[in-house]
Amino acid sequence: MTIHSPASEDEVRALVCDAAGRAVPLAVAGGATKHGVGRPAQTQETLSTRGLSGVTLYEPAELVIGARAGTPLAEVEATLAEKGQRLAFEPADWRALLGTEGEPTIGAVAAANVSGPRRIMVGAARDALIGVRFVNGRGEAVKNGGRVMKNVTGLDLVKTLAGSWGTLAILTEVTFKVLPIPQRTATLVYSGLDDTRAVTALCAALGSPFEVTGAAHVPGDGGGAGTLIRIEGFEASVRYRLGELKSLLAEYGEPGLVEDADGEALWRGVRDVAPLVTPPERAVWKISTAPSRGPALAAAIGAQTEARWLYDWGGGLVWLAAAADEAATRIVREATRAHRGHATLVRAPADLRAAVDVFEPLPEAMMRLTKGLKASFDPKGIFEPGRMYAGV
Amino acid sequence: MSIAFPTPDAGILARRDAILAGLAPLVAPDALIVTEDERRAFETDALTAYRRLPLAVVLPSSTEEVAAVMRFCSENGVKVVARGAGTSLAGGAIPQEDAIVIGVSKLARVLETDFANRTMRVQAGITNLAISQAVAHEGFFYAPDPSSQLACTIAGNVAMNSGGAHCLKYGVTTNNLLGLTVVLVDGTVVEIGGDMLDAPGYDFLGLMTGSEGQLGIVTEATVRILRAAEGARPALMGFESVEECGACVAAIIGAGIIPVALEYMDKPAIEICEAFAHAGYPLDVEAMLIIEVEGSEEEIEDAFARIVAIAEPFNPRALKVAQTEAEAAAIWKGRKSAFGATGRVADYICMDGTIPTGQLPVALRRIDEIVKGYGLGVANVFHAGDGNLHPLVMFDTNKPGEMEKAEAAGEDILRLCVELGGCLTGEHGVGIEKRDLMTTQYNREDLAQQLRVRGVFDPLWLLNPAKVFPLEGRELDETPTNGREAA
Ligand SMILES: Cc1cc2nc3c(=O)[nH]c(=O)nc-3n(C[C@H](O)[C@H](O)[C@H](O)COP(=O)(O)OP(=O)(O)OC[C@H]3O[C@@H](n4cnc5c(N)ncnc54)[C@H](O)[C@@H]3O)c2cc1C
Repeated sequence: MTIHSPASEDEVRALVCDAAGRAVPLAVAGGATKHGVGRPAQTQETLSTRGLSGVTLYEPAELVIGARAGTPLAEVEATLAEKGQRLAFEPADWRALLGTEGEPTIGAVAAANVSGPRRIMVGAARDALIGVRFVNGRGEAVKNGGRVMKNVTGLDLVKTLAGSWGTLAILTEVTFKVLPIPQRTATLVYSGLDDTRAVTALCAALGSPFEVTGAAHVPGDGGGAGTLIRIEGFEASVRYRLGELKSLLAEYGEPGLVEDADGEALWRGVRDVAPLVTPPERAVWKISTAPSRGPALAAAIGAQTEARWLYDWGGGLVWLAAAADEAATRIVREATRAHRGHATLVRAPADLRAAVDVFEPLPEAMMRLTKGLKASFDPKGIFEPGRMYAGV
Repeated sequence: MSIAFPTPDAGILARRDAILAGLAPLVAPDALIVTEDERRAFETDALTAYRRLPLAVVLPSSTEEVAAVMRFCSENGVKVVARGAGTSLAGGAIPQEDAIVIGVSKLARVLETDFANRTMRVQAGITNLAISQAVAHEGFFYAPDPSSQLACTIAGNVAMNSGGAHCLKYGVTTNNLLGLTVVLVDGTVVEIGGDMLDAPGYDFLGLMTGSEGQLGIVTEATVRILRAAEGARPALMGFESVEECGACVAAIIGAGIIPVALEYMDKPAIEICEAFAHAGYPLDVEAMLIIEVEGSEEEIEDAFARIVAIAEPFNPRALKVAQTEAEAAAIWKGRKSAFGATGRVADYICMDGTIPTGQLPVALRRIDEIVKGYGLGVANVFHAGDGNLHPLVMFDTNKPGEMEKAEAAGEDILRLCVELGGCLTGEHGVGIEKRDLMTTQYNREDLAQQLRVRGVFDPLWLLNPAKVFPLEGRELDETPTNGREAA
């Protein structure tokens, strides 16, 4: 396995031209912490973005930060924290889940579009991403978007690249919108609710005017279990809204209140899917649906195969662990489809990922567009071929 | 009148009768508009200086009808310009002589409302305001609120990725959209996304949003609806200098406060709006902010206490926090009538560039110089939190040459926005208006990549083809460029 580590965008272009000329496919990696996501690719060479590092722009008053793609996420977050700001979409850390080490990079956060619990209130990584520079499969350096929040000039390729998992282009620089860290964060924890009642409570909270920034349900009665509702803001406002929510949700019992380090740990657990990390041989699925369909969807799977799960995004994101085999895979896919959702197999051994669809299969017309989009960025198919879909 | 349209395809014009005969069986009799008188209503949008009479107009009543019309058009090489309400300020909906218009005005129903999951499925021709009105009884609303919301459609909002006064907090169209039904150029109907927060595969939802009718025809949309805050109140604050005002905006945001709206008006804009709306705006200041915060009474009081303390070092003048509904309405009335009020004192064109907010004082000084250089006047109103400027360049149509001067000044202003690190358009779109300026923001490779993506959807340039991309340079060199040589 050859690893190329270009130190500049020009070097990325040269390497891409060279690989395209030799028709050699490239894996694209930042810290390679999400390497095991997707169909196993047949790549002999890896292009690492780690040599492209450093914050290139930070204007706290403009709520914007830009960095080269290989900049460690931790460095970006530390830079922001110094000025009391953060990436509001709460990028997840999947290292424990995927059993990887290494340093997550800001470019990979964009390429994987990983968003945590706050996605319900502030949007996903793709919503915060406002500008990119990238090298396409023709070896051309391209920019799209920019450093301002409002920008509708031309086609939005920024969104297109968010969540493209390195299959369309190599991001070389990314610019994100950021938000202030609020003065106070507090979480109401309800206990003993079954999934359906829990999600009904979360829907009620999210349908209130009280600006809930986290709404999760972790079934069971172990540590971290419960129905969680998070409020953030200035002290007086948080106090007020906690009170209002408690009365609104009185029928669900008397909640506990968790704050500070305990609260952070609680939400980090949801964000990083901590309850499903072990046992490591289980497959882990990320299933999206409308919140109120979440419990029935999970129950339908649980009725057919041994599974454990938790809910984020008010019930609309079901993280589910099941057996890493084709039979369980079929059950997950069918139940998901029956409940009008879609599922991604985030963790599984390579042989299973090679045998089944990892990303939700697409209808024929969307597949045609998907292949066309791939070819428009990467005509020779050298970036992570087959990682998302066969032939893409 | 400087913007060129492509020369109409004589072959299509000659086949007009056959094309009309082919379209007639595809839609209801009253949905095909052919007479010149009736077609006139569709010849322009809010960029009224430009107009072109379309070949015909169809107003389908279902996705299936749109699909049938699209299939016919692609089989017969007929160009298509999609149309919502025709309020585009960029000329996005202006037709061309060899194209038909597909208008979505008959597709205006709410299909499904789901309060528990906070989503709503609508047909694409519904107006932006009607969406909010349909859920207002439960205290919900659809967040992006362009000033044109009474008339503009969700189809147009999606096509332009429209914003509004409250997008600092709630985002623009792309941040509030979950699903679309789209008819592709060959008549294929695709469902993109759904009613959940993220969609499978590549982000086609993000790509469609802001694609200005060039990738497909949107017939339905699923949007997020939000529960409205308990209350909202504006305050106004005047400043003796643009610099102090800009520094105050930076300080508010730097202190971790994101007001739901943060609107800026300069002296000419204040004078024009005050004369029209009698809003009680201070006339002895150089710049003014309207700051709106949301929440309960207690939360609003708390937020304004903070904001007033932060503003203190910047010598705010005529500080006024609205205490009653009437005062709140008056403060907003002036701002919301800015375009109309300006229209009463002059003809104007409204620009829409964005700048990094730190460049505000520089941008305003240079805009003033540019416009004065052409012997014209300018009033500035804009969204200060995100740097989206709306300079209104004023002129007199009756004076020969003035409109051309205003257009030239507008172009200089947009070039300035790009030079300062911003962009040509923050929310109105490129349309024909900014088409020929695209090369100031994007180089050859940047544009080529966009054209290649466009080509996936519409390889034959049938969809709104006169817009967005400069007419020159659309032919792409397909030999792979050597990255080391490409400039
Ligand atoms: C007084 C005034 C105030 C305004 N204020 C704002 C504002 O605050 N914020 C803002 O962002 N904009 C504003 N605008 C601009 C305009 O209202 C928006 O661009 C709006 O979204 C256009 O919607 P429409 O229905 O009128 O679309 P149209 O003008 O009919 O069309 C706009 C574009 O959408 C395409 N399109 C239309 N229907 C479809 C479809 N079904 N499928 C695919 N493409 C389609 C058209 O081809 C065209 O390119 C304002 C305009 C005016 C006149």
